Amino acid sequence: MVRLKNVEELKKIRQEAQKDMVVRTQTGTRIIVGMGTCGIAAGARETMHAILKELEARKIEAHVETVGCVGMCAKEPLVDIEQAGKSRIRYANITAEHVSRLIEEHLVKGHVVQEWAIGRLDARKI
Amino acid sequence: MRELSLHVLDIVENAIEAGASRVEVKIEEDLEQDRLIIDVRDNGRGMSQELIQRVMDPFCTSRTTRHVGLGLPLLAAAARRCDGDLTIESEPGRGTRVRAHFRHSHIDRAPLGDMAGAMLAVLLSERAVDLDYIHRVGDQEFRFDSAEIRKELEDIPLTHPRVREWLSGALREGEVNLQPVKTDRRLTF
Repeated sequence: MVRLKNVEELKKIRQEAQKDMVVRTQTGTRIIVGMGTCGIAAGARETMHAILKELEARKIEAHVETVGCVGMCAKEPLVDIEQAGKSRIRYANITAEHVSRLIEEHLVKGHVVQEWAIGRLDARKI
Repeated sequence: MRELSLHVLDIVENAIEAGASRVEVKIEEDLEQDRLIIDVRDNGRGMSQELIQRVMDPFCTSRTTRHVGLGLPLLAAAARRCDGDLTIESEPGRGTRVRAHFRHSHIDRAPLGDMAGAMLAVLLSERAVDLDYIHRVGDQEFRFDSAEIRKELEDIPLTHPRVREWLSGALREGEVNLQPVKTDRRLTF
């Protein structure tokens, strides 16, 4: 196991993360990317990478998760954004090149990108 | 799919959909035997012989078997194009093993591609699953077992931004360190 030389790093991360977990569950943001066969074929992994890069560049802290097929294969890559206290918005056909605008408008400016949104779901806690 | 790593991601997603709590992914690049082997084992709910037949038929897979889509026939076709094949061993309640092999040097073999990215997508899965990933190139090996990492992290999820950055770095570093061997050898001639 090559990586465990970095166990000390992990311990440090855990200690810091434990402190902010409570805050995060109340104010956090989740971004969920569809990663079924249909999503993967439509470029979902690249979408996920673009999201991670964008979050890093803008110093936005959000949980990014992957899920399987939800049955809307023609709309993949599907990206859901959920912020605590707001409903979860589902966006369709979000390829890597759409990510920058999506993050800018939804997370930074705080409004839904109407032309890409296809649904509103009930929010749940992280 | 353009990269074999996307096929691997797809097979692992099937395993997660099948309720697996642990998935073992082994990629073996045996340059002397000119073989590339993808071996994915899970402890999910498994499949009956009849279901195995059905998931291998791209035209018969229906909504009732939604946890397995077109992915397996696509990987089987990719392997057969490259002097290889795909086998599935599975039993209800006992998990599934999917094994695909390719001729490493075959001109139609898609590149392995971004394995680190594919494995990161697995680790960020909404359903927590342990991933034991082994990538061997010749006599070099990179191994990454998320169970050991979870143990260190206790209640902090892998999706936590700080943890995610660490995971991404660890996977990339491991993959990069595997690469140079074969090209270096060729260059010395």
